[in-house]
Amino acid sequence: MQPILTVPKSLAIAATLPPFTWNLVGDVQAMLRYDFMRNAFLCGTMVAVVAGLVGYFVLLRRLAFAGDALSHFAFTGALGAVLVGLSPLAGAFGLTVLVALVIGGLGERARARDVVVGTLLAWTLGIGVLLLSIYTTTASATNSALGVKVLFGSILGIQAQQALLAAAVAAAVVVVLLLIARPLLFVSLDPDVAAARGLPVRLLGAAFMVLLAVTVAEATQVVGALLIFALLITPAAIAQRVSVRPYRAMLLAAMLALAITWIGLTLAFYTSYPVSFLISALAFLAFIAVILGQRTASWRLRRPSPALAVA
Amino acid sequence: MLDSGFSWNLVADAQDMLRFPFMQHALLAGTIVALVAGLVGYFMVLRGESFAGHTLANVGFAGAAGAVLVGVAPVAGLLVTGVLAALGIAALGGRGAGDAQGGGRTDIAIGTLLALALGLGLLFERLASVQAGGVYAVLFGLVLAVTNQDIVTIAATAAVTLVVVTLIGRPLLFASLDPDVAAARGVPVRLLTYVFLIVLAFAVAEAVQVVGVLLIFALLVTPAATALQLTARPARALALSAALAVAVTWLGLAVAYYTPYPAGFFITTFAFAAYLLARAWRLLARRGVRPARRRPSWHTAGETARQGVTPA
Repeated sequence: MQPILTVPKSLAIAATLPPFTWNLVGDVQAMLRYDFMRNAFLCGTMVAVVAGLVGYFVLLRRLAFAGDALSHFAFTGALGAVLVGLSPLAGAFGLTVLVALVIGGLGERARARDVVVGTLLAWTLGIGVLLLSIYTTTASATNSALGVKVLFGSILGIQAQQALLAAAVAAAVVVVLLLIARPLLFVSLDPDVAAARGLPVRLLGAAFMVLLAVTVAEATQVVGALLIFALLITPAAIAQRVSVRPYRAMLLAAMLALAITWIGLTLAFYTSYPVSFLISALAFLAFIAVILGQRTASWRLRRPSPALAVA
Repeated sequence: MLDSGFSWNLVADAQDMLRFPFMQHALLAGTIVALVAGLVGYFMVLRGESFAGHTLANVGFAGAAGAVLVGVAPVAGLLVTGVLAALGIAALGGRGAGDAQGGGRTDIAIGTLLALALGLGLLFERLASVQAGGVYAVLFGLVLAVTNQDIVTIAATAAVTLVVVTLIGRPLLFASLDPDVAAARGVPVRLLTYVFLIVLAFAVAEAVQVVGVLLIFALLVTPAATALQLTARPARALALSAALAVAVTWLGLAVAYYTPYPAGFFITTFAFAAYLLARAWRLLARRGVRPARRRPSWHTAGETARQGVTPA
């Protein structure tokens, strides 16, 4: 069936999973012997890289709230598609891209955008409620948890075919993003000068919104509509704190997202905690660690220390 | 639920509907929640803190699930996590305009906390082995299952929220419209940011049981956005926002009573329709279809008064 509808296999075979040993190489080998873990790693890797790269621009362009709203549109789109008999992925992609274009068309006035995004978001949630109620009253009991799966993701239940599709879409997003990265950076950092230089500011903005929409719809499968932020915002926020150079920060964001996803998946395999929780908790811990590290560093720099004088 | 179907005799319909205690409870709780959300939402929209409001609502999911896990009332969990998140947002993000390092940006702090809170919510929900229905109840609310006990809790929280909003209303308005001038005049802008986020957390916590984590946002943002389309005067906009929130809640509940669909859908849809109408109205007014009436706007009102001219 469709990706979001499949039951996480981890639940069914949890009893037969190998125990954790301190032989880490052996552990990884044991883990990757399972199809569902290989699929999860393939899909998770691609989604993490895309989310990290796109997330950097999301912070630069102050689109965090729009990204959050898009993830909820993915939820409503997926439910709506299932109700009319389409694949939930198609619904999620379709609706998020559509709304991304609407939000992109609103222009750059931050306050007005805040309100319009919020209003659209509120209405979408209402429609989501309606679809959910229709769905739970018409579908069989086995599928009643669909909404929860869309909201919180089900990477461990992903099929090989869907993992490949997700990887292909992610690769396409990365290629397009890298192609427009230079003008997009310019436009994001200084829209007025960029416009004066003849760059298509609005077009680039709209193109990025579409990329963001595709990323969000895609990431919905991994961490769920509600948890996309763990991969989209937090790694990029850390990278921005660590490096001011755009390309270095982008690379760092992608690597952080990747590391968080891999560690999260591995931990989820050897513990009974949900992947989405582990990924979001790891991301948050990394964020706090970097903030604390930087505060101590700047505190040390501010007071005259003998070590510095020697250096 | 469909005792006697809908008729065009609206008075009889309302009487029929109000015979049931569950509808009385739903209307009472819905009215309190909508009133508070309409008022607090005005400040939220004015301050451009829709994202914070949405996050505080989502954080409530972790709070409610955690409360179920440790066996206390969901309201307690909602209040604790809401206030913690409000403090976290203000502490992590409230360092003024973004610096070169990309730190001190509210949206980053909010996004990061949002991810953490939802992850924790999922964990608590699994640990407490809440069924899918339980998750939906927290996410989307159970307006038709509100009890007398709940109404007492809601009314108490709402009263606290309203008292605080009334007390800080004037300086908050000043600080929201022009933080720099307000700070120069000695208004504690930063303190107000903290207090307002906590008020927002209270407004959300009180509303979650009725309209759910995901829908409280609709009552916070849409009526306020509609009111701001129609008037720039603060007092009038506040009243309009609260009135709109209450109106769409009543209408949504009434329609939901006569149809098999959830109240949340109707409430958000009516609110959104009102917003679209307000935008259309403003567009027409600007095009001059409506006879243009000079209104002193919020910004020019003081100017006019200072010149000793009575505003027309």
